[in-house]
Amino acid sequence: MNTVSPSDPAAPERIDLRAMPRVLGRLLRLSLRYRWLCALAVASTFGAAIFSLVTPRLLGHAVDQAHTLLAGGAAHADAARHALWWTALLVIGANTIRGLLTGTQGFLGEYIAQRVGYDLRLAFFEKLQRLSFDYHDRVHSGELIARGMLDLEGVRAFIEMGALRVVMLVLLVGVGAWRLFSTDAPLAALALSFVPFVVWRASNMGALLRVTWQKLQALMSDLTRTMEENLQGMRLVRSFAANDFEMQKFDVQSEAALALANRRITVRMGSMSLMNFAYYIAMGLVLYVGGHRVGAGTLTVGTLTEFLAFMTILQQPVRQVGMIVNSSARATSSGARLFEVLDAEPAVRDAPGARELRIGDGVLRFEHVGFAHEPGARPALRDVSFELAPGRTLGIVGPPGSGKSVLANLIPRFYDVSTGRITIDGQDIRDVTLASLRRAVSLVQQEVFLFDTSARDNIAYADPQANELRVQAVASTAQIHSHLAALPKGYGAHVGERGVALSGGQRQRLSIARGLLDDPAILVLDDSSSAIDAGTEAQLRRALMRAAPHRATIIIAHRLSSLKHADEILVLDDGAVVERGTHAQLVALGGHYAELWALQNRAAAARAPAAVELAAGELPAEMEKRA
Amino acid sequence: MRPGGGGGGMNADRNAMGGSTVEGTERGEEIFARRLDGKVVRRLVALIRPYRASFIWAIVAVAAFTAVQVAIPVTVRYAVDSAVGATHFSLDTVLLAFGALIVANGVLNFYQEWIAARLAQRVIFDLRRAMYAHLQDVSLGMLEQTHVGRLMARLQGDVNSLQEFLETSVSAIGDFFLLVGIVGVLLWMNLELGLLTLAVLPVLVLIRAWWIPWARGIFRRARDASSSVNAALAENINGIRTVQEHRREALNLVAYEQRAKENLDAQVGSSRASQLMVPTVDALTGVAMAVIVVAGGSAVLKGTLGVGVMVAYIFYVQRFFDPIRTLSMQYTVSQRAMAAAARIFEVLDLPVQIQDKPDARELDDGVPAIELRNVTFGYRPKLPVLHDISLRVEPGQTVALVGPTGSGKTSITALVHRFYDVWSGQVLVGGVDVRDLKLDTLGRNVGLVLQEPFLFTGSILDNIRYGVAGATREDVIAAARAVHAHAFIERLPEGYETELGQRARNLSIGQRQLISFARTLLAQPRILILDEATANIDSFTELKIQKALKVLLKGRTSLVIAHRLATIRDADRIVVLQHGRIAEQGTHDELLARGGLYAQLHASSHATFDEFAGD
Repeated sequence: MNTVSPSDPAAPERIDLRAMPRVLGRLLRLSLRYRWLCALAVASTFGAAIFSLVTPRLLGHAVDQAHTLLAGGAAHADAARHALWWTALLVIGANTIRGLLTGTQGFLGEYIAQRVGYDLRLAFFEKLQRLSFDYHDRVHSGELIARGMLDLEGVRAFIEMGALRVVMLVLLVGVGAWRLFSTDAPLAALALSFVPFVVWRASNMGALLRVTWQKLQALMSDLTRTMEENLQGMRLVRSFAANDFEMQKFDVQSEAALALANRRITVRMGSMSLMNFAYYIAMGLVLYVGGHRVGAGTLTVGTLTEFLAFMTILQQPVRQVGMIVNSSARATSSGARLFEVLDAEPAVRDAPGARELRIGDGVLRFEHVGFAHEPGARPALRDVSFELAPGRTLGIVGPPGSGKSVLANLIPRFYDVSTGRITIDGQDIRDVTLASLRRAVSLVQQEVFLFDTSARDNIAYADPQANELRVQAVASTAQIHSHLAALPKGYGAHVGERGVALSGGQRQRLSIARGLLDDPAILVLDDSSSAIDAGTEAQLRRALMRAAPHRATIIIAHRLSSLKHADEILVLDDGAVVERGTHAQLVALGGHYAELWALQNRAAAARAPAAVELAAGELPAEMEKRA
Repeated sequence: MRPGGGGGGMNADRNAMGGSTVEGTERGEEIFARRLDGKVVRRLVALIRPYRASFIWAIVAVAAFTAVQVAIPVTVRYAVDSAVGATHFSLDTVLLAFGALIVANGVLNFYQEWIAARLAQRVIFDLRRAMYAHLQDVSLGMLEQTHVGRLMARLQGDVNSLQEFLETSVSAIGDFFLLVGIVGVLLWMNLELGLLTLAVLPVLVLIRAWWIPWARGIFRRARDASSSVNAALAENINGIRTVQEHRREALNLVAYEQRAKENLDAQVGSSRASQLMVPTVDALTGVAMAVIVVAGGSAVLKGTLGVGVMVAYIFYVQRFFDPIRTLSMQYTVSQRAMAAAARIFEVLDLPVQIQDKPDARELDDGVPAIELRNVTFGYRPKLPVLHDISLRVEPGQTVALVGPTGSGKTSITALVHRFYDVWSGQVLVGGVDVRDLKLDTLGRNVGLVLQEPFLFTGSILDNIRYGVAGATREDVIAAARAVHAHAFIERLPEGYETELGQRARNLSIGQRQLISFARTLLAQPRILILDEATANIDSFTELKIQKALKVLLKGRTSLVIAHRLATIRDADRIVVLQHGRIAEQGTHDELLARGGLYAQLHASSHATFDEFAGD
């Protein structure tokens, strides 16, 4: 759980130029699945660009009509007015068509992006469900959620804003340049002179804003965490009179964030003003050269107007280069994180030709089982062997980190053994299908996860179609029926995060009921009765026996009273079995188990066994000094 | 939050966005909104007051910038007129003016946004700090009634809404000036043509007035669909182990596909609604241009209008639709901001009930006694939790508080810390009423160990020396050794430098408890208040904790909320609480001999155990 994934969202990153073509290329290929829609989008973009350019031309034409006819005298006034009306209609038409095409292009862009987003969303979800526990141990759930939400959004935004806008920009500038150059090349060069400068500045700005944005987000999330922890730990903050310290911590982080936010403002505004300046300089040049030529009669006023109007149209899209660069950078990092999940292969999956598990007696055997989380890492389990027959109970005890939960998780194959093998009725569990194995083996974990739905649906999670009698029967066995039945909404009561408050013990009992629904041949309780009081736990155990006398059960617990009745008890330490036997044998052995038994016995009975007196007497010297 | 998540990213590029394309920000608007509320606005203005000078400069700069923006097409007009010889200004003169204007434009463009955006940032950071600082002083009672998540929503979400509002306000003011400027210049250049051209404006306003409420519903549906699909994803990820245990993968995928499809449809619908405005605005621009062509062109023919004016009109007409769009957007942003500001001021207005008296004093030297005299106290009016409690803990003694849930154990300890004030009676520490002591002296002298140990993000070293600014590494290690935490800390890959993740999930609860013991020990409080952990701690750690506890309690006056018999038995005195009253008190043996509530509790814990013994 404590592993920090390489793509820590808080870590500021540089723009990865090398990954960019690969990631963005893959995104574009995903969009090209909708090639007809893409073609249509590009066509409407092209159309929109053409019609954007028609308007300046028409306007220039109108100016010339008015101006030259004026010069030609009033004789042709009617014809001139007529021509103006025509131009006006054409302007309205051209603008409307341009609007329609721009709207179509915008809609199609978003539509394609949403479709790709939908495809990715499903693929992501599907893959997450298949990735086995080792992956989920490594990558924090918060990180995965962030990938599925924000990274997906980043990728989608790129397809919509980045990719299509590049096309729009290129077409607009390209068609416009061609048109202007064919009209008047020197003037066209002046009119477009601002484009390279703005593209350069804007892409610089886009990249810089992207990098500083990530830094700012990292600083802001530090600040958020400081505030959140302060509020959650308010009692502690006050008991240590640490208000000043906390304010200082806040101020340092807050000032750093503010300074960066201000730097971003300077960067952005500096670039924007420079870009505007370049644009107006180009316009000034066009006016200067164009104006003198109009004066000299080598250029019409209309053409000058057309050039100026075209520059106005071009101003906005050219500035968007910054946004395109920003969005490409975001899509590169987001896409890389998303594809990392999509390309991951689950470590545990059905072997080719895997068969259904056939349950005969339901004998579970561990044969010299060893396990390490990673090859070469310190083994979490070493050479564990045992056999568990139907109707029998195996108890497992050991200090934290001794490998108890690892052992439990190996049985339904949430991880695969590194050495040795596990068999059920002689079949290696790696040779059978996961579905049939997990139907036969039920593992109930200590930490209960309840879904945000009714108690009934939580219990019937494995089989939503299960009938109510079945649901109530398992709830009764798990000693939770009477509590649920007494709720105002009964089994229909919501129990998730936002549902009715259940105590830790009640949650555990609900989760045990859920584990019983499939009538598993093998039941593994991984410290799953820790919060249940001893009396209820005893009832639960008897009910389990009555309900399924032939079930094989593994109980992992810290409380020895929970497992002292087991047919065999394994004491694990550092991944190895250090003691084994029945309760009586182990107590007689006088080892770890006996020591633990004495300790727990002492806590309940008020007699003081030697162990604790001894412990209290061996206080180290430093402690004596301090105390 | 992840970089680039929606709003902020758009914001950063607001100015780089296209004029007539996607109505990005508009879709982020909220429904629950408030009209401009005079009181809220006045308080917002008060926040800006310290930066009056910057604010005035910002307004001046915006006005000047707008003026330059409006003036540039006028010079274009004269340039054209001069080129065709329709004005007495020479082209070079006009272009000189143009050059001066564009330099001014560049400088003002930078300055106006720079000063305004920085001002907005400053105000927002001040506001967040004010809320945070205020929360440090608000009484714990008040805080604990409010969910931390809700407070955080105000410190974040509401502050962000307000930030968006302040940032866009400045450009909205600019847009407003621009609109007024354009209208003014159009009418000034030619009244008749100006009126004709501006006739399309009301049409656009009407269309938007109809469009906004309609589109808003669609945008809202899209937002809901998106959060629904994300919630489904989050739940599945958080519960992935349960999902795989119960082989629900296929079923969940079908359900998710359904939601994803609904989301897709809603997003596409919202896109359609916003793209609808594009041809509308373009068509109207076309109409305005057509008016210029026909009416302007005719006027030029008649000789009543210079050709330069016609060109200038064409320039302006392409610019005046944008301000209308942003201004109508600003209206919804401001509504949302009003709601956010009102919620922020609610936090700032939480009364500070517990504070130092003017003549509050320090605690005297020596180990103090704790005494409660006839204390009655509760959290809600008329529902007392403690009734007339009198209790004394002699200096250096340990008193264990025992009793069922809700009997008032935690309330007693909270009163010693003066997290709350009593209704009647007195709480004395070192013989002085806690209300006459400085809160700071109480904080430094009363150590607190919570049932669920709370650790901060940061290294183990920093966590142990929390609250003791000058502690050296040696001090920290000594404290950790004393509470038997040193061994396990040393075994961690990075020892004392190990970073604790969120809520220190990378440690077991027992380990967290030991670190919190070390932290308290290092602070050397003279009084200790300890709430024993009830959570199931494995017996190995349990043993260490019991040993550490002995170290911690030594030489201090202690009140312990005890759950474990071992702890209870070691106390000098046991106070048994029931329904907010003291049911009985005495030593373990005395109480057992009495055969009262304590004896019953004790026996019942035996009973459960015996059941197993005979199993």
